[in-house]
Amino acid sequence: MKSDKEAKVSKGMGIKSRRIIAYIVLVIISFLCLSWFYVLFINSTRSHAELTKGFTPVPSSYLMINWKNLSGGRAASALPIWYGLFNSFFISTLSAALCTYFSTMTAYAIHAYDFKMKKFMFTFILMIMMIPTQVTALGFLQLVGKMKLDDSFIPLIIPAMAAPVTFFYMKQYMESALPLSLVEAARIDGSGEFRTFNSIVLPLMKPAIAVQAIFTFVTSWNNYFTPALILHTDKKKTLPILIAQLRSTDWLKFDMGQVYVMILFSILPVIVIYLLLSRQIVQGVAMGSVKG
Amino acid sequence: MKTARRGKVVSYNKWGYIFLIPFITVYLVFQFIPLVSTIYNSFFENYRSGLTQIGPNFIGLENYKTIFTNGDIITYAKNTLIMWVMGFVPQIIVSLLLGAWFSSPSLRLKGQRFFKTVIYLPNLIMASAFSMLFFTLFADSGPINSILVQMGILSQPYRFMSNIWSTRTLIAFMNFIMWFGNTTILLMAGMMGIDTALFEAAEVDGATSAQIFFKITLPLLRPILIYVMITSLIGGLQMFDVPQILTNATGDPMRSTMTLIMYLNKHLYSKNFGLGGALSVVLFIITGILSMIVYQFSSKKES
Repeated sequence: MKSDKEAKVSKGMGIKSRRIIAYIVLVIISFLCLSWFYVLFINSTRSHAELTKGFTPVPSSYLMINWKNLSGGRAASALPIWYGLFNSFFISTLSAALCTYFSTMTAYAIHAYDFKMKKFMFTFILMIMMIPTQVTALGFLQLVGKMKLDDSFIPLIIPAMAAPVTFFYMKQYMESALPLSLVEAARIDGSGEFRTFNSIVLPLMKPAIAVQAIFTFVTSWNNYFTPALILHTDKKKTLPILIAQLRSTDWLKFDMGQVYVMILFSILPVIVIYLLLSRQIVQGVAMGSVKG
Repeated sequence: MKTARRGKVVSYNKWGYIFLIPFITVYLVFQFIPLVSTIYNSFFENYRSGLTQIGPNFIGLENYKTIFTNGDIITYAKNTLIMWVMGFVPQIIVSLLLGAWFSSPSLRLKGQRFFKTVIYLPNLIMASAFSMLFFTLFADSGPINSILVQMGILSQPYRFMSNIWSTRTLIAFMNFIMWFGNTTILLMAGMMGIDTALFEAAEVDGATSAQIFFKITLPLLRPILIYVMITSLIGGLQMFDVPQILTNATGDPMRSTMTLIMYLNKHLYSKNFGLGGALSVVLFIITGILSMIVYQFSSKKES
């Protein structure tokens, strides 16, 4: 009896103090996550001379000047950042579009039809899901060379059509959101299979497609390994390659203000997307728990 | 009813195959053929020495012998694993803690959406840009050093990038920051799936929150924990962007931060296809075994 009472008392105390501890830890962790971006922002508003003097937490007024120096190409003329932005955007957008469309199609094939190879295909796709692209990069490079696609965007976009992770997410989503009776009804109305897919299945899959389009876009936007091996011409390079190039230049001679602006510039689009769609993205991670 | 339905489905069957054509074609061309030719390459001597091209000559398993006997692969595997563990241990501890707090019905934390949004943010940031940012922030004359000196914690700037363990710690720390949000969300999804009646019963029986966590939450979470650990290990084996940019592809100091994929990348750049092939095959086998374990989990969840 006595111990029961004690437990109750300590628990009553516990909840409050535990809550306080939880908030403190959460604030510290949020600080760990965000402070880097704050420092990045502050430093990109400061001139090189100010930066060498040491850190202050107050922004200065050189953001636009740093930006002009970087994009206008004075000291940093070696970095074609507008091309980089365009290339990254072009490759990521097309990858996201192709990846989501064809992954939905693949998932639909497994979900809606009964055929001999169905079980095998599903197992097979699950098994290859975790194989990293890096281990086949060697053969991939040789193939790209043989196909005369070296230094071209095609080998960075087309492979997105076969994306097991996206497929798996779509398949899971279909199980909860795509009743086959709808497909059957469309058949009775005389809709062809391909048209059913485009005009009935795709619209129903919109939420899942949106989430996966964001993920594919971001993955492709951030991708460094494969593009660095394929793209050689300066004007074809994507932003991560330009960042790497910035790192390998003699950065001591570099205008640090420009370096910070360049980093800010390459992560800003993703941050904006995230701020707009964070709820869907976080939910998407929880749902397709086969990520990462 | 059943037979009639099956009869109907059968006539549409071929569409299952037709809709699979794009996936299968692209997979075969861009992933399967490269895989086969990577394996094929691993049996050939094929590299450039200066301007002369040597090979390709068939040499059997010589490449495998070379990469294992010259010790590089062991060193780099060790580096990769050390940095993975250094990032993963704090990651799983923090994620379990945050997951338990977020999903706890008795704590009822406010602002959960905000915190979840914040902790997931670093996962979406371009790893190479994040690494470049850390490189500039932790440079000898960078802001971190300047803050530490101004605050009087250090008397002179600490050279983060010249010490083996501080460089490794930086890389592990970046991986931790980038991935713990993702892990938290995954673990939380698992914790939400636990029947709350179990917690309530334990509370009625007078269990403390620590007891509930260790005796109920953790054991029930074991499958997800193993899944998270193995997928993270597969991800860890692919560690590349962060150390590559931070150390400018050198893996310095003294190659202590050179990872397996950085090593592979080096071979690919120098067109050393024999050794690169052997290394790729070794990595393929390791990730293949790990993938099979993950597959067991995914398929169990399916059924």
